Amino acid sequence: MKPSRDKKPNSRGGWIFLALVLLLYAGVALWDMEVVNLASHRFMGILRQVIPILFLVFGLLLVVNLVLNQQRIKKYFGQDSGIKGWLLALGSGAIASGPVYPWYALMGDLKQKGMRTALVTAFLYSRAIKLPLLPLMVHYFGGLYTAVLTFYIIGFAVLNGLLMEKLEHSPTHDNH
Amino acid sequence: MNINPPHSINIKTAFRKTLRAFINLLPIIFGMLLLTSMVLSVLPSSLVARVFGHGALADVILGAGFGGVVTGHPLASYILGGELLMMDISLIAITAFIVSWVTVGVVQFPAEALLLGTRFALHRNLLCFFSAIGLAYMTVYTLEWLS
Repeated sequence: MKPSRDKKPNSRGGWIFLALVLLLYAGVALWDMEVVNLASHRFMGILRQVIPILFLVFGLLLVVNLVLNQQRIKKYFGQDSGIKGWLLALGSGAIASGPVYPWYALMGDLKQKGMRTALVTAFLYSRAIKLPLLPLMVHYFGGLYTAVLTFYIIGFAVLNGLLMEKLEHSPTHDNH
Repeated sequence: MNINPPHSINIKTAFRKTLRAFINLLPIIFGMLLLTSMVLSVLPSSLVARVFGHGALADVILGAGFGGVVTGHPLASYILGGELLMMDISLIAITAFIVSWVTVGVVQFPAEALLLGTRFALHRNLLCFFSAIGLAYMTVYTLEWLS
């Protein structure tokens, strides 16, 4: 597999998105300035609440980048990894950030090299945890909600993993 | 070209990588906050309440379906979910929406099918859709039980 210098393909997408949203604001302003004023006021209110949390998100992203890289994940996802494999699949899924496409590619590669279907599924499911963004979830929904949801996501990641392995090993298995 | 060795990410490299990722994240955050503010200002809350508000089961299916179809940074689902919560949309529907946003990928399906197999992608997405519904009920009922 070609070594990739991450982030290049999507680095401009966010800015294009922001530009389109600003264009939308400009378009709506031509139609009804009152709506833009109302939206801007609402935006400033939400932003004031979100800014402190963004600093925390930055700190968590830094920690993730210090401890995680694709080579490390690849090393520990072996076929006979047992409980350690499960824990690593769930943990690395929770801290894996960015768009899902590179992770599909990595999981596809690992699956072909013998990674368990259950672990692939668990990894993809546990991406729902979004560890660096948990402070934002706590801000919107509260700590208890975040804790309960995270607990169930882990449970369902394991359950779905085991179910997927059963389904994939049924007689009409599709070798892509 | 010098690629980082697997086990030696230094703080400077990690900081640069984080800063780059964070800067790429900012327009998405600002864009989503602006878009959410605009949508909430244009759409009367009564309309959103009408779209949902048809009973717990219909709402949760709608939430999971909507979350599976739309795509974007998960941060956007928290922001949108938080705003919907303030509009008195049921927490079960919002939970299904947040979970299926990340676990179900209708838009991403072709890529997933290509890289992991059609059968795998189909089974996984269906399982995740129903899981989002089950998980939403369990989360909210657990919260009610705990409180």
